[in-house]
Amino acid sequence: MAMTSKAEQFNYTVVRQFAIMAVIWGIVGLLVGVVISLQLLWPAFNFDLPWLTYGRLRPLHTNAIIFAFGGCALFATSYYIVQRTCQARLFCDKLASFTFWGWQLVILLAALSLVFGFTSGKEYAELEWPIDILIAVVWVAYALVYFGTIVKRRTPHIYVANWFFGAMILAVALLHIVNSIAIPVTLFKSYSAYAGVQDAMVQWWYGHNAVGFFLTAGFLGMMYYFVPKQAGRPIYSYRLSIVHFWALIFTYMWAGPHHLLYTAVPDWAQTLGMIFSLILLAPSWGGMINGIMTLSGAWHKLRSDPILKFMIVALSFYGMSTFEGPALSVKTINALAHYTDWIVGHVHSGALGWVGFITMASLYYLIPRLYGRTEMWSVKLVNTHFWVATIGIVLYVAALWIAGVMQGLMWRSVNVDGTLTYTFIEGVKASYPFYVIRLVGGVLYFLGMLLMFYNVLKTIGQGKAVDVAVPTATAPANA
Amino acid sequence: MEILWLLIPMSVLLVLVMGCIFWWSVRSGQFDDLDGPAYRILVDDDSPTPEMAPGEALAAEKDREGG
Repeated sequence: MAMTSKAEQFNYTVVRQFAIMAVIWGIVGLLVGVVISLQLLWPAFNFDLPWLTYGRLRPLHTNAIIFAFGGCALFATSYYIVQRTCQARLFCDKLASFTFWGWQLVILLAALSLVFGFTSGKEYAELEWPIDILIAVVWVAYALVYFGTIVKRRTPHIYVANWFFGAMILAVALLHIVNSIAIPVTLFKSYSAYAGVQDAMVQWWYGHNAVGFFLTAGFLGMMYYFVPKQAGRPIYSYRLSIVHFWALIFTYMWAGPHHLLYTAVPDWAQTLGMIFSLILLAPSWGGMINGIMTLSGAWHKLRSDPILKFMIVALSFYGMSTFEGPALSVKTINALAHYTDWIVGHVHSGALGWVGFITMASLYYLIPRLYGRTEMWSVKLVNTHFWVATIGIVLYVAALWIAGVMQGLMWRSVNVDGTLTYTFIEGVKASYPFYVIRLVGGVLYFLGMLLMFYNVLKTIGQGKAVDVAVPTATAPANA
Repeated sequence: MEILWLLIPMSVLLVLVMGCIFWWSVRSGQFDDLDGPAYRILVDDDSPTPEMAPGEALAAEKDREGG
């Protein structure tokens, strides 16, 4: 039907591309995670190859999950949501297609360069300067496509999900550019423009806001669209969602120093970071309650709809980690938890629980629609995925909570004469059983993703890529 | 901590920019109706069949019966 009303169709092609790549990169990222958690137990799993050592695979794991899996999911869902809520086709097809191929190239270059040992040494921003420039270019193209679509919208109101995505795009552009400023020495090596504690401060201003805007604001955009759609009910309070948005973006920028408590950063800056982190609890929980209460009066749907189960668990983990985060930013708690596996557990309750689950729910909603089907090939398999993944996270997070608190207590324990009770290696040995439980949890979560991949393949095989007409009052009658 | 001379003004600037966008959005009536938009996304039917062009819907129907 390409000849009828071609100009009036949504651009689903780029949404499809990103959605499928999100699933594939999810598998890659989780697999690398499983490998490095194996290495923590049995270091021999690096096979004595420099490319597979922990130091290189760990940034590969984080980059693959955040920017490849999370990034592709954000592109896919934001492109879908902005088109549906603005009732307009994406602005500039070529640019949209460029964001897809450009982003895949970034991911490929990132994977290769990290494995071969090229790194700028900044957490979550390890990539060297040529790739950083490419990211900036792709991101600007993304901003043009996204805001271009908002400008040509046919609805006067800009739906709240778009505000979250828009803030994410602008903030990430700023954060990435400022944090990545570096002096290139060769094509593969550069040095940060900032030095010492200055660099640490910029790095965690970036690092914290990357979590805040990339992994929170963007995925809240998904939540505010797909939860009401899947539940078939309007968001509990639209007013609250607006308050949530503005409160979140006004406070998030200031919480970065909580990553640097008890360091050379001035005490007042640390306290400022802690206070803003505590304030963040309010908008975060407002949003969490808003999402969960959307189901009020329709709780029975949770029994039969696994996608809604994914969403509710995602929101629960959003609530849990946004409570845990401010708690960990309190200096006295941080003194116990910092540098322990509790922090790793916290990150994963956010990444596996919140980001992972809301993404899977969104993709399960999205993929059938992109292929002209009403639901996934097997809803039962979605349900199995849900349970396997949920058990996986619970094992993972609980194991690292226990390990983390134990490590913190062992490290601070002193004898009567003031010497340390435990050597560091004793803490490592004591963590061993918990690392086993964590590995089991990680493997379960990974298996769930494989089930999803199979289900997606089957759904695509049964369906057919569709391009849907934009429903407008002025559209021809065939729409 | 000279870096704070960069980070804090930049963050303040950002807050000002956000403030401006907020001011624009309030003034332009974005938030005049805080109930309708929640329902409007539900009215937009994105289930595949009804919106498909007739030929595609038919093809999809056939696929479904075949599969």
